[in-house]
Formats: sequence, C-alpha cells, structure tokens
Amino acid sequence: MRYDHILVRYGELALKGKNRAQFEKKLEQNIRFAVSGAPNCKVKRTFGRIMIELHGEPPTTVMEPLRHVFGISSFSLAMKAANKEEEIKETALQAFLQQSGAKKTFKVNARRSYKPFPISSQEMNQRIGGYVLKNTDNVTVDVHHPDIEINVEIREQGTFITCGRIEGAGGLPVGTAGKVMLMLSGGIDSPVAGYLALKRGAELEAVHFHSPPYTNERARKKVEDLTSVLTAFGGPVTLHVVPFTELQKAIHANIPSNYAMTIMRRMMLRITERIAEKRGIKALANGESLGQVASQTLESMHTINEVTNMPILRPLVTMDKQEVIDISDKIGTYPISILPYEDCCTIFLPSDSVTKPRRDKAARFEQAFDFEPYMEEAVENTEMMTFGRETKQSEQHMDDLL
Amino acid sequence: MVYLDNSATTKPWPEVLDAYYKAASDYFGNPSSLHHPGVEAETLLNKGRSAVAGLLRVRPEEIVFTSGGTESNNLAIKGIAFKHQERGKHLITSAVEHPSVKEAFMDLEEFGFEVTYLEADREGRISPENVVKAVREDTILVSLIHVNNELGTINPIEETARQLKQFPKLFFHTDHVQGAAHVPLDLSDVDLCSISAHKFHGLKGTGALFKKNGVFLSSLFHGGEQENAFRAGTENVPGITAMAKAFRLSEEKRQDENDRLQSLKIHLIRELQTMEEAEVNTPITGSAPHIVNVSFPGVKPEVLVQELTRQDIHVSTKSACSSKLEEPSAVIKAAGLGEERAWSALRISFSYETAEAEIEAAVTALQRIVPEMKKVMGEKK
Repeated sequence: MRYDHILVRYGELALKGKNRAQFEKKLEQNIRFAVSGAPNCKVKRTFGRIMIELHGEPPTTVMEPLRHVFGISSFSLAMKAANKEEEIKETALQAFLQQSGAKKTFKVNARRSYKPFPISSQEMNQRIGGYVLKNTDNVTVDVHHPDIEINVEIREQGTFITCGRIEGAGGLPVGTAGKVMLMLSGGIDSPVAGYLALKRGAELEAVHFHSPPYTNERARKKVEDLTSVLTAFGGPVTLHVVPFTELQKAIHANIPSNYAMTIMRRMMLRITERIAEKRGIKALANGESLGQVASQTLESMHTINEVTNMPILRPLVTMDKQEVIDISDKIGTYPISILPYEDCCTIFLPSDSVTKPRRDKAARFEQAFDFEPYMEEAVENTEMMTFGRETKQSEQHMDDLL
Repeated sequence: MVYLDNSATTKPWPEVLDAYYKAASDYFGNPSSLHHPGVEAETLLNKGRSAVAGLLRVRPEEIVFTSGGTESNNLAIKGIAFKHQERGKHLITSAVEHPSVKEAFMDLEEFGFEVTYLEADREGRISPENVVKAVREDTILVSLIHVNNELGTINPIEETARQLKQFPKLFFHTDHVQGAAHVPLDLSDVDLCSISAHKFHGLKGTGALFKKNGVFLSSLFHGGEQENAFRAGTENVPGITAMAKAFRLSEEKRQDENDRLQSLKIHLIRELQTMEEAEVNTPITGSAPHIVNVSFPGVKPEVLVQELTRQDIHVSTKSACSSKLEEPSAVIKAAGLGEERAWSALRISFSYETAEAEIEAAVTALQRIVPEMKKVMGEKK
C-alpha cells in the first residue's frame, strides 16, 4: 500500500457562491497544466476537492509544481481504501507508518460524509485509533497536540486517508480575474508585481521596451527568462517586445533633459495601453513602489498616469524594498533580475531628472514635437511571443541537442 | 568485440556525438561574450545545466560543470577542506574509495589535515553507524563512494546523509560516478556529489559536481567568473550538451533495461560460482546491476586480461585509474577478502548495450582459460 493520490483543498473559492463552478474548473485546468510534467497523473474534481491520481508518478515531481498553483489552500498525499472497515483500518495504519518525521503521538479524525456507511465517525475514530495502537510500539494518542493527524474521509467513491498537509500558495486561480498587461523591465520589482497579480487570479501578458543596440541582447534574454519563470505560477504568458530605440532617440533630441524620463514613461504607458487595447485587456500592472525612486514620487505618478485612464495595478506600492526582494527570492526571479544588464530606463537618461514633474509642463514639452508616428511604428513593430506553451523555434533546435 | 569494461569507460552513443558536433559547430561562441553567438552559447549552456540538474533532481544553480569525476572529487574534497579549515581539520573517508578521492585526502594530510579512513565490511560497505561514530568536534567533511567502482557494492548514502544531518558543521560528499544512470540517488540530504559523463555514454573530459545551495568551497582554478567562480575557464559547451544528452538517454534506458541488467548480473555471478577456481567478490544483493568482480586465486589477472583481449573480449583488473600499477586491489584488501583475492581480481562491467550472448562468450572463455592457466602457473609455484 502506497500513497497514490494527492488531495487538493481550496479555501477561498468555497465562499464565492455563483462563480464557484467556473473557479473550480479554472483551478482544475491550472493544476493540469502544472503537473503536465508527470503525464500519467489524472486530475479529477469531486465535491469541494480536487483529487490527483498519481498512477505511478513519483509524488515529489507532482507536489513541487503544485505548491505554486494559486487557489490551493493546502494539499496532502492520500491513500484510497474501499469502504470496508478492515481495509480502512489497515490503510490508515500504512498511511501513518509511511509518514516521515516524528510520530510518537497521533489522533484520528474520521469524517463520514457517505451516510450509508454503517459506522459513525466517532466510532470509526476509536476503531482506527485502536488498530494503530495495537500494531505499533511506543505510539500513543494525543488529541490536543498530535505529531500526526490521521484524516479519514469516508465518501461514496471510497475512503481517502491523509496524514499531515502542505500549505498551498493561497490566492485565486489564475484566469478567474481576467487579464492584465504587466510592464516588465527586467529589474527586481516588476516580476514580483506580476506574481502578485497572478496571485489574485489575473492572467498575464507582459510588455518590455527594448532599445538595441543601446540595450544588450542579454537584457532582452533576461526578460524572456523572467517571463518563463512567471509561467510556473499560472500558465503561458505572452510577451510583447516593443522596439523603443527610435522613440527614445527622439525624446533625447527634443525634450529638455530633466523631463526626458517623465516623457519617456508617459510614452511607454501610451504604448502599453494601445497594445492592451489591441489584446482586449482592461488593466495594466507595474512594479512601482511609492517613493522608491525619482519616477515613483506621487507627483511623478500623477504626471505619468495622466496619459491613460486604464486602471493601473501597483501591487508593490506600499512595500519596502526588502519585502519585494524576499518575494523575488522565493519565486526564483531574483537571481535573474540581478544580472547586470542595462535596460532602456538606464540609458539616455540624464542625472538631472525632476522628482516633482508637472502635468502642464510635460504636456507642453510633448507638443513641441510630433511623437505620434514614432509611437505608431513602435506598436506596429512589436514582437509577440508566448512562453510556457511551445518553445521558441531557435530554442527547439537547442532542446533537440539535449 | 565483446566490451565488458564499461566501468572504465563506455562507448559514446551516436546521438551524443551528433549533439556534440552540432553544438560545437552551431553554437561555437564563448558563453561569456556579449554578442549574439555568445548569448546563444550561454543559452545552450544553461539549458544543459537545467537538464542535468533535472535528472539529478536538484536546482540548476547547484551544478558546477567540470572535466570529469576526478576533478569533481578533487574540487569537492579540497575545496571544502581549504575553505572551512578554520572550523576544524578532521576529515572522514573510507578505505574503499576511488584513487581520485583517496589521493586527494592523502594530499590534504600533507597540509596538516587529519584523515580517518573507515574500514569497510566484507562486501565493501560502510555502515552509517560507523560513520557517525567517527565524527568528532572538528570534523568538517565526510566523503564516501556511492557505488564502489571495483565491487559494485552500493553504500547506504541516503541513510548516512540523513544521520549526518545531526552534525550541521560538516559537509557530506559522495562519489556517484559509478552510480549515475544506474543506481538512483536522492540528494536531498547530500551536500556535494560527483558525476562523470563518459561512464554513461557521454564524452571524456566532462563531468559535474552537484553543490547544494549555500555550500561554499575554494576553487581549484582561478581566472574567471564561470560556474559562479567555482571553476574558472571557458565552459565546454558541446561537451556539456553531449553530457546532458547522454544522461537523459541513459536514464531512459535505465527505466527499461534495469531489470535486464540486474538479471544478467545474477546470471553471471551464478555461472562464475560454478567454477571451482572462482571467488565472486561482488555481493549478489545490494550491488549495482552492471559490475561483477571475481577473483581467480593463483592466476595473475593481467595475464587473464591479455588472453581475453586476444580473443576480443575486454575486461579489466581493477579501477582503470590504478590498473597499470603492479599492486593488489586496495579495495578488495580493505574489504578484508585477503591478499590472494586482492592480487587476482577481475572486473566485468556492463552497459545498457551489453547482450546476454556477450556474457556467455566471456564465461565460456573463462571456463576454458582459467583451468589452463592455473595449471601452467601452478606448476611454477
């Protein structure tokens, strides 16, 4: 007898009355995508739970990706028994024995949701507990602080037995909150912002501004790699790479240097909004944190934000840098983010940027030159690629070598 | 040709050579260069890293590519010893290690380190209890072989690693060169682990050291930031690519062929046991599926190797790294199997390509040659 199932529980979903079915379906899909590396697994929905049948797949390869799926409150390895007392008792014993770590004390927690089963939950607790005690040495019952809690759920399809549980990622299933367009720079913040948007159920697309030859090919690679990392939390992500060189040169040539950064950001926002509109996306997201750098003062946000009335999600807005770094480290984007390649924000930019730009001034400077054709061209020539579904062709050639 | 010396090296698979050729020609850039070919080579390198890490079930950043098993062992052992010598200068290994481990430790003795060489049992195994007993306040490193390169005996590395966790000050390294792609190893509690590509149909000159996140060691090579500065020098991108390919193919083979090799081994051991001149040194259980070690007391194994190779059957005496030396097998001696057996040991090792007919051919040849030789050599005595 071995652990051959994983029982997945979802918390917050249960509260959402009407949408529940849709949420569960989405979560089931996302779990399927997450465990696709273990092709024999079967994912099934049952009452208020999702059950993964392992069919010989090693539990660890399935549990690792599961930890990152939003919408899961917790999950446990489970053994299945037929609804027969003897079999349930023996399975419970095996489940207990195969649990690693300290197991001097235990408690049984039986729940009979299948009422035709003739023995009550209370009675089952005692019978299973007695059986475990009889077949182990130096193990005692502790109902208050047990090392191991043996959960026994008697359902119509059979009885599932679990010991212990692993915390899930929480949040809502990705895709239940629609799509947002993330402005992805390659730094530490924006991937974390993307992650947090995913956590609340948003699906992601990302925009990156690339200024070759002033920005390095590796800087772009870095953004592609960050996008790939983000796919682990919610499935495929489409990345839009905007050619930004010509527009940046035009800003450099026509805008007073202390306003260049403000104007550049306004342009970026306009372009992002246009791409979002084309893709039917209704909100933007970025990694801004209040007061962190010159472009993130309230005055600056006020001036930059003027050019769009799409909602902009700023998941990091009240976070300290260290809090952001901690998340970045946890989700695996940190080591990529700190690679030392310059992005388009750091090139061309003077050291004398205003920290309190004004809307009227910014608008006036912009009127001095016709940026529209440049923006159109940038949107027109934006490259689009999707990560997490199929690999890029050039990389397919590499993958064939491995 | 009957090639039964796969523990010395294996024949590279055609797919592996093909991958090497394509990687070397299509992605020849230096992974550290800024330009496009450099980025491409770096991308391929990182993909290779992820692939090897995935097969070992560790993280990509925990892989340091090296020139092979010997370098990995040296890097792990000397790297840890020199980096952490302020913590203590006591090291533990066993008497049945590969020369690249044993001699690295002997070298460290010259630098003032004190080394405990643990005794093995008669199967060449070191019990976790004995390891734990040898640990002292100033112990900083334990290094043990996973699959013994001469005997094929499997050491309880996972259990040892678990028990050593009670000593957070020391690091645990295992030489997994013979085990990789044959005997799976869970590295959860292991700090460092060596593998070598040419033992699983990759190319010579490529290997890797798994180094758990947060473990620091002194580098043997200086002069660049490659491999997180743990191993300077331009990365061998085509060799690494070929290693990833070979490792994956071998792991796939293992899934399908492990049982076949296992029964081939048992078959060979049983056949050898019917020969009255033979003393089988490899235990029938708790050993890898691809190595059988046998002694023919009274017969010089070098002569046996020569006679077999004349008949196009190729086996070895002991570790290839020490087989040119006129010495008894240190491993068999250390296992307490006696001088006689140590002087006369032969190692027969398979690969996933080995067919039953090849084993039959070897057995038939041995059955014919050994009694003859025994007569000739016996008379001289």
